[in-house]
Amino acid sequence: MEEYTILRQFADSWMLLLLFAFFVGIVIWVFRPGASKEYKDTANIPFRHQDKPATSEEARK
Amino acid sequence: MSNYIKLIALGLVVLFAAIGSNYARDLAYQVHAILVMLIAGGLFIWTLRNTDEPDILVDRSGEYMDGVIRYGVIATAFWGVVGFLVGTFIAFQLAFPVLNFEWAQGLLNFGRLRPLHTSAVIFAFGGNALIATSFYVVQRTSAARLWGGNLAWFVFWGYQLFIVLAATGYVLGGTQSKEYAEPEWYVDLWLTIVWVAYLAVFLGTIVKRKEPHIYVANWFYLAFIVTVAMLHLVNNMTIPVSIWGSKSVIVWSGVQDAMIQWWYGHNAVGFFLTAGFLGMMYYFIPKQAERPVFSYKLSIIHFWALIFLYIWAGPHHLHYTALPDWASTLGMVFSVVLWMPSWGGMINGLMTLSGAWDKLRTDPVIRMMVISVGFYGMSTFEGPMMSIRAVNSLSHYTDWTIGHVHSGALGWNGMITFGALYFLVPVLWKRERLYSLQMVSWHFWLATIGIVLYAASMWVTGIMEGLMWREVDANGFLVNSFADTVAAKFPMYVVRALGGVLFVAGALIMCYNLWMTVRRAPAKEASLTVAVPAE
Repeated sequence: MEEYTILRQFADSWMLLLLFAFFVGIVIWVFRPGASKEYKDTANIPFRHQDKPATSEEARK
Repeated sequence: MSNYIKLIALGLVVLFAAIGSNYARDLAYQVHAILVMLIAGGLFIWTLRNTDEPDILVDRSGEYMDGVIRYGVIATAFWGVVGFLVGTFIAFQLAFPVLNFEWAQGLLNFGRLRPLHTSAVIFAFGGNALIATSFYVVQRTSAARLWGGNLAWFVFWGYQLFIVLAATGYVLGGTQSKEYAEPEWYVDLWLTIVWVAYLAVFLGTIVKRKEPHIYVANWFYLAFIVTVAMLHLVNNMTIPVSIWGSKSVIVWSGVQDAMIQWWYGHNAVGFFLTAGFLGMMYYFIPKQAERPVFSYKLSIIHFWALIFLYIWAGPHHLHYTALPDWASTLGMVFSVVLWMPSWGGMINGLMTLSGAWDKLRTDPVIRMMVISVGFYGMSTFEGPMMSIRAVNSLSHYTDWTIGHVHSGALGWNGMITFGALYFLVPVLWKRERLYSLQMVSWHFWLATIGIVLYAASMWVTGIMEGLMWREVDANGFLVNSFADTVAAKFPMYVVRALGGVLFVAGALIMCYNLWMTVRRAPAKEASLTVAVPAE
């Protein structure tokens, strides 16, 4: 088969499936148990370290 | 030692540019060669004078690198005013063709100034805003100083050089005639170097972050930097005719070239003007409203949906062309689906204010940010609608498109940038508050009324000319000539230009207000006891 047809067939099947599965996976992952608590902390990042970088001691693990 | 390498490199650049200015095949190339020669020569002397001076090493790891951001804020305001002024002038040129002065033909007529306007507002104003805010946001949300030391300064000055080369090139006729990708090959190569440095600074800072998570704003900024690099490289695959001339030939041909151009063009909208500015929104709206983003989950889902959908939407620029129907249908479908993640972002931005709506009454800066998200919602509804083939057959090639672009660019990109500038200047110059909130209010209303005049007149004139073009009489002959439509558009062109005048006036008030904030507003108490290093 010529290159175009091979690429086209791959794009229409496996790549499409892969991208779609990746997206569905992200949606499921976002709603995993315990996510809300973690995201609450992440959403508050802009309200920390306004004036200077974190020192190594206070770096959050 | 590194200074010697720098001196050799700069010397070679001066030599090469000097030869180039002699052998130049066209005016744009010659002017650019002289410009590069002078800049490289100046840097050579400057480096030479600093060579073998004792190094004074100061440990600055305990503070953020804000000097380059201050410069970025100034550059944003400056290029913004330049871009708006040129835009207003060419709006008057369309209404009053006599403004295409005879003595300036081939330099300052509409065709030469139009790309200057678009690039000045998108890449100079928008680009500087994105670089400055991304450097600010990535440091604060990573709790780390910018990676790469003076590389950030290289990014800033390198980008300004790109802007100057692009702008002077357009006026002198150095253009490859691709919309939003006009700069010729050597300017493209220079931007590639600057952009890789930008990516390195941004990624390096994220890698050494002290927060375990990467805040959502950084995801948007990163998507913007990476995708723009990819778009830029693919759409500028050109082969120069001569190393001493600006003319180059693109390797793509025919409809493939058109498709790649609009894959580039629409994703410049999607990743430069949307993803990057959403990064801005996700930091500055929570900061100004003093509450975290409405839904962090929504921000993740709408990020990935936006990234996955936007990249396919380009073909809607090529309805009824040589592009196969399946491709333009694909683009149309993805554009319509794109409506959802766009509004996901809008809802997230607006709802961040839930429980704090009273701030709209007291804080004109937050009002600015909210109306910007409102315009984002409006234009991301209008866009999918215009991408539908039947609607596009009416709207395409008319001024409706121009109106759509400006409600997005002036409303969404402009207003969110103004909001970010109003937030940044007091923080960066360690001032307690802005000089005058009343002036912010004036700016808000002037800009908003300006946009409304602009968008409304372009709707009217666009739909009118679309209908006039397709009107046929009983025998099937076209009723109107092109000149008839031009004559009918005159009043709307005047209204549009007046809208531009209001918008420029608002931006000038902003510049005065920011200048006075730096000069006159009371300094922050805390900063009086701590010495501020002059970076």
